[in-house]
Amino acid sequence: MMSLLEVKDVKKVFSELVALDGAELVIAENQFHGLIGPNGSGKSTLLKCIAGAETVSAGEIHFLGSNITGRSATDRARSGMSLKFQITSVFDTLSVYDNVLLSLQAEGTPWQLMRSHTRKDLDSEVLSILEQFRLDNLSDDLAEELSHGQKQWLEIAMAMARNPKLLLLDEPTAGMSPEERRVTGELLGPIKTSCSILIVEHDLDFIKNISDVITVLGQGKILDHGTPAEIEVSEKVQEVYVTRV
Amino acid sequence: MHGKFSAIIVIEIMILVVFALLPLVLGVLWSVDDSFFWVVFTTKVLILSLFGLSFDLVWGFGGMLSFGQALFFGGAGYVVAVMARDLNVSSAFIVIPMAILVGMILALFLAAFLLVAKKPPSLIFIALGSLTGSYAAERLARAWYYLGGQNGVSVTHPLTIGDIALYEGVGFYYLAFAFLLISYIGCRYIVRSQLGLVLAGIRQHEERITFFGYQVQIYKVIVFTLGGAIAGLSGGLYAFHEGFVWPSLMGPTYSTQAVLYVLFGGVGTLVGAVIGVVAIEFATMFLADYFQNVWPIILGALLLVVVMFRPTGLVGLLVSERERIGSFRRRGGKRRDRKQE
Repeated sequence: MMSLLEVKDVKKVFSELVALDGAELVIAENQFHGLIGPNGSGKSTLLKCIAGAETVSAGEIHFLGSNITGRSATDRARSGMSLKFQITSVFDTLSVYDNVLLSLQAEGTPWQLMRSHTRKDLDSEVLSILEQFRLDNLSDDLAEELSHGQKQWLEIAMAMARNPKLLLLDEPTAGMSPEERRVTGELLGPIKTSCSILIVEHDLDFIKNISDVITVLGQGKILDHGTPAEIEVSEKVQEVYVTRV
Repeated sequence: MHGKFSAIIVIEIMILVVFALLPLVLGVLWSVDDSFFWVVFTTKVLILSLFGLSFDLVWGFGGMLSFGQALFFGGAGYVVAVMARDLNVSSAFIVIPMAILVGMILALFLAAFLLVAKKPPSLIFIALGSLTGSYAAERLARAWYYLGGQNGVSVTHPLTIGDIALYEGVGFYYLAFAFLLISYIGCRYIVRSQLGLVLAGIRQHEERITFFGYQVQIYKVIVFTLGGAIAGLSGGLYAFHEGFVWPSLMGPTYSTQAVLYVLFGGVGTLVGAVIGVVAIEFATMFLADYFQNVWPIILGALLLVVVMFRPTGLVGLLVSERERIGSFRRRGGKRRDRKQE
């Protein structure tokens, strides 16, 4: 499989705190890649560095064969990366429909958007995405009226709307009920045919079921990586991760 | 909200009808002198409504607190006044586009300093930066002999359309009304378009929207420049209507006035800017008549009460938050019925 994303020896330092220390990661096309680790291990920081929300202190990030280390978050999004934040950040006072439309129409130029050039064409796409994420009945509700789980789905729907090549999900099931987690797993399953996912999660059962490969971080360093079965029996992981969670 | 008249549209239509018919009604109700006074006064209100509209576009929709809107208003006023004085040019076909262009260029210039940066500029940075620009322009005009110093510049020729000279009165009124109407419809079209949805997104979560691939600065510059163009149009009309321009037109006093119009009327509604101008200008006139010494204090207290207890302004009394922000869904788009619980 061809690699979609390569993280090479990435280091991130906040003042004196080393959040990432030589992190390495390779994600193949259409691969679900889980990223786990104890609190403070640098998972979210790594995700932010990949998405462009944080700049790296050293190292390189390659996406689709290009070095994107110095590129802005906007450029990375335009090249096919999509991020779902850890804390839900939907647009509360916009309708659920408008939230998805906002994401979907981002390809348009300001001039096209001023003329509402794509509004008609995108209508059925918005509805189909809302249906895919089981939000079609709520399309006219304000995003702030949704339950926590529904907000998480909306945020994933917004991230998926742009047909990304790589979807970065930061704790998509945080704060969800077991039933909502199960549904989230069902919602993410079909995505595999269209893009790769890098998913940060605390819920080990969830990530084991959904991931092809899991990478384990500890104190900013890569501890281990492999298939879920390999990670489950990894002594390093048992020692550093499982015993601390 | 779909398929029925919303409160905001009802307010807009009422204001449109009142402004369209006012000179005719005044002519019937009052003596010639009185009706002339009211037509002239309301013309000024229409022109200032354009000024308020420009600020609402920038602040209420673009989310940029511009405390320098008067720079574009007064700057354009000065340019057309000097053109009339030194070049004998007062044709509306030249001076009005020039006023718009001046407002636009000044706004673009300021936007390049304030908005184009690697990281999004803070609200305070934009407010203070634009205020500084406005203050510097006023100081420059006061000190520059060519611009008449403290006294400003008299507009020595009336605005003309072909052979017709437009002095204060019904003709100028309808010209200002037409420009307000066109600008209002233009702004309304933009803020209800897909670009308006981007602006709504920027106001709520600027950082989030960059991860969709939007180049936020470009959208901000567009809105800031459009606001400058409308303020320039307003300044050009104001210069010809009042017959002279003076340094304060570019300074913090007028910039603050634009903020107050919109805060009082209702931020992010467009119609609130017009209502704010009408309310403040009429209140100022009546209060100045009846309370000659203390009217600024009374007006200030009134503004404070509205802003403190109704931050959404007068329009917020009639229009819900949901309606104020609106829906960007295509009218007549496919809708699916809500399933029964």
